[in-house]
Amino acid sequence: MEGLGDAARGALLLIFSGDATLGGIVLLSLGVSLSAVLVATAIGLPLGAAIGVGRFPGRRAVVVILNALMGLPPVVVGLFVYLMLSRAGPLGSLGILFTPTAMVIAQTILILPIIAALCRQAVEDAWAEYEEQLRSLGATGLSAALTLVWEIRFSLLTAVLAGLGRASAEVGAVMIVGGNIDGVTRVMTTTIALETSKGDLPLALALGLVLILLVIALNAAAACVRDAAQRRYG
Amino acid sequence: MILPLKLEEVFFVAGGRVIIERISADIGAGPSTIILGANGAGKSVLMRLMHGLLAPASGRIVWSSGDTARLQAMVFQRPVLLRRSALANVTYALKLARVPHAERERLALEALESVGLAAFARRPARVLSGGEQQRLALARAWALHPEVLFLDEPTASLDPTASREIERVIQAFDAAGTKIVMATHNLGQARRLGDEVLFLHQGRLVERAPVEQFFSRPASPEAAAFIKGELPWV
Amino acid sequence: MGLIFRLVLALCLVGSVSAQPRFITVASTTSTEQSGLFKHLLPQFEKKTGIQVRVVALGTGQALDMGRRGDADVVFVHAKPLEEKFLAEGFGVKRQDVMYNDFVLIGPKADPAKVRGGKDALEAFRKIRAAQAPFVSRGDRSGTHFAELEIWKAAGIDIVKEKGPWYRDTGQGMGPALNTASGMNAYILSDRGTWLSFKNRGELAILVEGDKRLFNQYGIMLVSPQKYPSVKKELGQAFIDWIVSPEGQNAIANYRINGEQLFFPNAE
Repeated sequence: MEGLGDAARGALLLIFSGDATLGGIVLLSLGVSLSAVLVATAIGLPLGAAIGVGRFPGRRAVVVILNALMGLPPVVVGLFVYLMLSRAGPLGSLGILFTPTAMVIAQTILILPIIAALCRQAVEDAWAEYEEQLRSLGATGLSAALTLVWEIRFSLLTAVLAGLGRASAEVGAVMIVGGNIDGVTRVMTTTIALETSKGDLPLALALGLVLILLVIALNAAAACVRDAAQRRYG
Repeated sequence: MILPLKLEEVFFVAGGRVIIERISADIGAGPSTIILGANGAGKSVLMRLMHGLLAPASGRIVWSSGDTARLQAMVFQRPVLLRRSALANVTYALKLARVPHAERERLALEALESVGLAAFARRPARVLSGGEQQRLALARAWALHPEVLFLDEPTASLDPTASREIERVIQAFDAAGTKIVMATHNLGQARRLGDEVLFLHQGRLVERAPVEQFFSRPASPEAAAFIKGELPWV
Repeated sequence: MGLIFRLVLALCLVGSVSAQPRFITVASTTSTEQSGLFKHLLPQFEKKTGIQVRVVALGTGQALDMGRRGDADVVFVHAKPLEEKFLAEGFGVKRQDVMYNDFVLIGPKADPAKVRGGKDALEAFRKIRAAQAPFVSRGDRSGTHFAELEIWKAAGIDIVKEKGPWYRDTGQGMGPALNTASGMNAYILSDRGTWLSFKNRGELAILVEGDKRLFNQYGIMLVSPQKYPSVKKELGQAFIDWIVSPEGQNAIANYRINGEQLFFPNAE
């Protein structure tokens, strides 16, 4: 119990100390995770919508696999991307191992199924309501799917936030492909892992609280945006 | 001219049951056609077959020449509107029909005026009342000046005042030369709006007659029973 | 809306690879990094040469494997037989001694195996085995793990056969293994550097130290540019040259925790 109290105080001290190293780590964490969310959303929303609306042989299997991929273990994704980007691997000549770019790639792969699968479910539910009318107006296939995505954009925000949560919380993937290099690829989660392994548990806990507060702040911002837009569009 | 529409020995089967059984009919230009029948008689399914939302299990549904997609439109019992302004809902339909960008707003405003909703052009469609939403759906269908307007029980969910407004709009479209094909179980409405009646009973076309003749001298026992049964409710 | 979008974009660009400075990738061990040596050493090298040193800290076995995959320019570890194997396989160019530190036997203050104050590591290990006192092993192919196995062997104990529930093989780095030992009140072999900066000590303390068998030699190698042309051989060699130079060696000797010197330079 007193550990938590110390950690809470530690967290506040960290936040208001304006420590440059911590600032750099926080900025990098946000940069990597938000980049991954951006790319995964750009690919995942149309993909999920297309599957939600489409009818093709093998569709059931695709849906099952997509849902299952939501549970991809981060460390496995990290390992896979590492082997791809290693000098001894197929994409080694790109030289992007141990850079934030590799971390973004790994996190994108990790959260793409989450965003696509949740979008697929939301679009499929909405399609039940909109299908007849949209087909009557002449919207089919991808056009209808994208119209639906825009139509249910506020519900899809939840899917995007789920992806963001997963990305900012994981440590397995970014540790392996980033290498936790001081000043280059060290993010919040890998720092927490490092401080824990050094035995500095109060610092690790305090950093953990800072991370949680960060994610809460992002979610609160998203909720405000959602409420404002819903008031405008009904 | 896409009319006349010919139905040749049309069957529709779902869930192991025959919903539409061997219906043959010619739907020609001119008189407004009422599809009449009890709930479960197959009116909605027949409407969707004619509009092309469903494919017959056997038999043919053939339009005459022309842009059969663009020149027909359908209004459903519950209007399905997008989370946009009233005007945007209409321009969306125009966009799907590939109306040039410069024309869309003008045509959309005309359509809104014709149903008396011009004042609500910028309002979010979803905050309109039930009757206003249905009028918007009519405006959206009307904006392309279709040759045929299908209406599937358009006032079944509305209160009497709103219903009367909808009926006024439909009568105006009829007077302007659009072919009206409307499904209803409301005898009074059928008499007010229709010129001829196609009476369905358990999926079969049992009787077809001009509206006054149908109500005063029904030829089939099923039609007689239906009129008698519905009469207390009119 | 537009402002938020631009802010997000800016944050994303921050995370991306911006202007690339001159840098090398060094595969080293967790114990070396966690001792804080690199934080002390590397800024001096960087200031002098402008070359950024990016350290990826793993266990010795994994660090050498990273060299075998060509993902590092330099390897800097502490397990001479493994390093010589690396060299013999053709993955390294030349091995040079850099410094040594020592291992210490950590244990609970209650000391059930009664090893405190002894000067003989082999004797201490035998006592622990006899008492079946809880012992945490790193089990991760690290230099420390390797040293631990050598001591069991020299003490005449076939640890693979003779281990029981008292021997906890954790497969972890030095810090996490110390955490585990602290939580279990177990004995553990640790390098002095990690122990000195370890904060979660619980009931643990140094019980045996000073035995020559506990000395731990560090070596540095350039990964072979013949095997991997992408290796930054000039920059990597510059780092190696600096570390074995009087300047680098002094920098190593100057690193202290609580006034205590951790690493003892011994390059030729």
